[in-house]
Formats: sequence, C-alpha cells, structure tokens
Amino acid sequence: MYAFIIPGFVFFVVFAYLPLVGNVVAFQNYSPFLGFRGSPWVGFANFTSLFSDPDFLTALRNTLVISLLQIVFAFPAPIALALLLNSLISERLKRLVQSIVYLPHFISWVIVVSIWQEVLGGAGGLATLLSKLGIHSVNIMSNPDTFKILVTSQVVWKETGWGTIIFFAAISAVAAELYESAACDGAGSFRQMWHVTLPAIIPVTMLLLILRLGAVFSVGFEQLILQQNAVGPHAAQVIDTFAYYRGVLGGDWGLSAAAGLFKGVIGTLLVIGANRLAKRSGAEGLF
Amino acid sequence: MATVAARRRLPGASWRTRAPWPVRLLKGAVIAAIFAVMLYPLLYVIMSSFMPADATLEGSVIPSSWSLEAYRVILDGGLVTRALVVSIGITVVGTALSVLATTTLAYGLTRTRDVPGAKTMLYLVLFTMLFGAGIIPNYLLVKSLGLLNSYWSLILPGLISAFNMVVVRNFFMQIPRDLFEAARIDGASELRVFVRIVLPLSKAVIAVIALFYAVGYWNSFFSAMLYINDASKWPIQLVLNQYVLQGTPLAQLQNPNATPPPAQAVQMAVVVLATAPILVIYPFLQRYFTKGVLTGAIKG
Repeated sequence: MYAFIIPGFVFFVVFAYLPLVGNVVAFQNYSPFLGFRGSPWVGFANFTSLFSDPDFLTALRNTLVISLLQIVFAFPAPIALALLLNSLISERLKRLVQSIVYLPHFISWVIVVSIWQEVLGGAGGLATLLSKLGIHSVNIMSNPDTFKILVTSQVVWKETGWGTIIFFAAISAVAAELYESAACDGAGSFRQMWHVTLPAIIPVTMLLLILRLGAVFSVGFEQLILQQNAVGPHAAQVIDTFAYYRGVLGGDWGLSAAAGLFKGVIGTLLVIGANRLAKRSGAEGLF
Repeated sequence: MATVAARRRLPGASWRTRAPWPVRLLKGAVIAAIFAVMLYPLLYVIMSSFMPADATLEGSVIPSSWSLEAYRVILDGGLVTRALVVSIGITVVGTALSVLATTTLAYGLTRTRDVPGAKTMLYLVLFTMLFGAGIIPNYLLVKSLGLLNSYWSLILPGLISAFNMVVVRNFFMQIPRDLFEAARIDGASELRVFVRIVLPLSKAVIAVIALFYAVGYWNSFFSAMLYINDASKWPIQLVLNQYVLQGTPLAQLQNPNATPPPAQAVQMAVVVLATAPILVIYPFLQRYFTKGVLTGAIKG
C-alpha cells in the first residue's frame, strides 16, 4: 500500500513543504553563490526595509484596492446572473446563455488580455467603431488611472459565468413545493425570487464571501503581470509582481522572499480566521 | 386572488408565471447585452485572423475578403509552430503523469483505517491547501533541483493538485468495500485491485481531473515565464505574451518575396490557435467540470 502513497507524498514534501523551509531566505542576506547555509543571517532586517520601501507600500495598496473592487463588483455579479438565469422560463435559452458565459473561464489570461487588447486597445475594434461614429475614445488598455477598474471588469467578464455554478447548485436544492405554496399565496415571480430563492442562497453566499475576504491579499497574478508594462508599476504593481521583479529579475532575494512570506502568513491566518468565523455564524466551514 | 388566476400558467412548472412585460423586456435587453459582450470580442478576434493584407475590419466582424495567409505564415515551422508542439507535448505528458500520480495517491490514502501513517500523510497533504510558499522559495527550489530551462519545470512543481486528489479520493471512498475484499480473498494484489476494479469504476472522475489538468497545463503561462529562458522551449502562452501583448515583432514575418499579412492578423491567428484546443474540448469541459466542481464542493 505504501507503494501507492509514498511517491505522491514525496511530491508534496518536495514541492510544498521544502519551499516552505526555503522561506528562511527572508531572514538572510541571501546570495545564490553562498547558498542557504553560507548566506549571512540578518534577522528581521528584510522586513524592516520592506515596510520602508515605497514600491512595496504601493504594491500593498494596489493589492488591497484591486481586491476590494473585486469584492464589491466581481463577487455579487454571479449571484445576479444566477438569479436572472433562474428566472428564465425557456430552458433552452438558459442553457445557451450558460454555455456562452462559462467559456472564458477556461481561456488563459494571456488570451483574455490579448482579446481585450484587440477589441479595446488603441487600434482595436471598439476604438475604430467609435471613431467612425465621431467619438474619440482613450485607449482603455493603457490608461493607468482606470487600470484597476479595467482589471475588475476583466475578472467579471472571465469568471462571472463560472461563478454562477455554485449558486445554481444551491437554487436547485430548493424544494419545488416552496414555490408552489408561494404561488398559491399569490406571490408573483419577483416575490418568489425574493422570498424563496434568495434565502436559499444566503448561506453559500456568506461562506464564499468570508473566504473571499480571507484571500484579500491574493489578486490575479498572471492577469496583472501581463499588463504591467502597458500601464506602469505605479498602477499595476501588487505584492506578487513586486516579489517577481525584485527577486527573480532584480536579485534582491531576501527582500522579495520577505514580501512573499508576509503575504503567505497573513493570507493563511486570514483563511483560518475566516473559516472559524463562518463556522461561528452557523454556516458550514470549509475544513 | 383574481390576479393569480389572470396570469397565464405555463406548462411544466405550475407555479411559474410570466412576469409583466416591462420586466420581460428588461430581461431580454440584459440577455442580449450579455450575448454581445461575451461574443463580440471572440468573433472579432477570429475574423481579424482571416484578414488579408489590404483589408481592415473597422470594428465590424465580417472582413471584406478572406485570407489564410496569417495561418500559413505561423504554421510554416517557425517559433509558433514549435511552441504549439511544446504545449501539446507538455499537456499530454503532464496530464498523463498527473492523473497517474493523483489516482495512485488518492487510492493509497483511502486506506487511512488500516495503513499506519496514512492518516497523518492525508492531513499533511490537505494542509498544503492552506498555504503557498511564494514565488521566491519555489524558484530557488526549481533552480537547485537543476530543472531551470527544462520542460520538467513546467510539469513537476504542479504534478498533483491536493484539491483534485480530494475529489478522486471522495469518489474512491464511495466504491463499496466488499468489491475490494472479494478480490483480495481471491488473491488479487493491491495493484491488480487498483487497475482492474478501482480504475474502471472511476472513469467519470478520472475524465474530470484529466480535463482539469489538461486545461491547466495548456493555459499555464507563469511557470514557463519563470523557469524557461530559452525561447526555443517556450510554450504557446509565453509566445503569445511576447508577440501579442509585449509587441515584439515575429522574425518569421520578414519574408522578402511576398507581401506579409498584417501583423494584427498574424497575432490574432496565434490567439485563435492557442484557444482552439480549449474550444474543441469545451462541450466535455462544460459537462464534466460542472460535475467536478460540485463533487469537490462536498467536504472530504
């Protein structure tokens, strides 16, 4: 039996636990030539310089702003879409919409950003269309001022459809008798939605919201690194991209490992705390 | 009660009534807007890729004339062709290895009751879902394993997803234990039980995770950006980033004896080729992924 377990388990030791140990770099003035054992220990110096680094503070602020925008706009979007689709009477139309809105979830960020660039970029389809109508639009894809809104819209475009699945599961669990008795009591389609469907999805919504809050430091890394060149780091730098540019490209290993460790530790604590909060509020926790 | 009686009843679900017409109109408009916002970009990109040298789309989705020149140029055996081959190879090999490693581990970890240590190992695996070590330690690990610039760096670090392992293990746990016991009494080895009984009964869940992994490998971009320096080893997503988003011109385009197709058409042809495999398997994805997500949502 161990022949089944050991190879897979060794994988997790090497590729999940070993990097965890590798975080000691955050407490070193790491140099690739000296290695883990040879590099001098510096205690919390990397963290001190991290929090006095204006670039890092910008990255931290960008991370939180993008995350909050996504919680406010991208989080409720699937609920609204699920309720809308649920209210459609034609099953065929419902399925057609579903198969269209699920699709972008499976497309990589590189492709999604390329498509957006092609349609909304300076020489893109929409700009050409608008200029034919006499409207001269700005290039949305490279405007730092509206970049965070752009990023949020991309997430809404790509993930809203997919996000409805979990809400559909909750909606389909509602007993048909509830709708029937609501209808007998004179409730129209809107009041059925308000008094029957909506209460049914509140528990799963609360759970997902709490977990989303727990992941407040995680924003789409690939999505942002792909577009950072177009708008500049001041608008687009987040903690992960900061670690990548400073560490892998800049060779400042200790500092960027400290940034990663900071994000990882706070992230894990927030997820554990959020899960506990979910359980206390009566919802089923994730673990 | 008169209003209820006045509403038209619909066949099938007796409690469903039609909303008043302004609501229906509004809903129709929203649905139409969703169609437009989701489909226009995709159509526009596909149509741009067929654009000949002298034509422009100007925002419409139907080009004035058609040309396959862009595809001919990039499939001519240069960087893009090689990148497609690399991506296909990594997806096929990676998916096969991932499915093998995930199912064997999941099967081993179903035996938490009778195999000493299995329960601890299960918890250690589950615990990895709670944290990520960060980019720097992962990069240093891949580097110290000597995997930089090797295709293995695109497969090994993500070989098993703990989430998929849980999905498969949940499925295995639902197979009646009597089936295994009977086979063991007949003298079958664990490997035989796994190959002859467990796997054939689990085709559905294996299909789900195989699709999960395949889409993941095909779409993977950042690991290649991090670990692969040699442009001849780049997968298609990285080539896309370089030539479509960062705007580096494709060397292949410098063909002296012909009018090259517009750069935009070539870029969009790369986008279409990188999306095509996803579109081809999309009907399966839609059917199985929905199931997979819901299975995974049930706690282990």
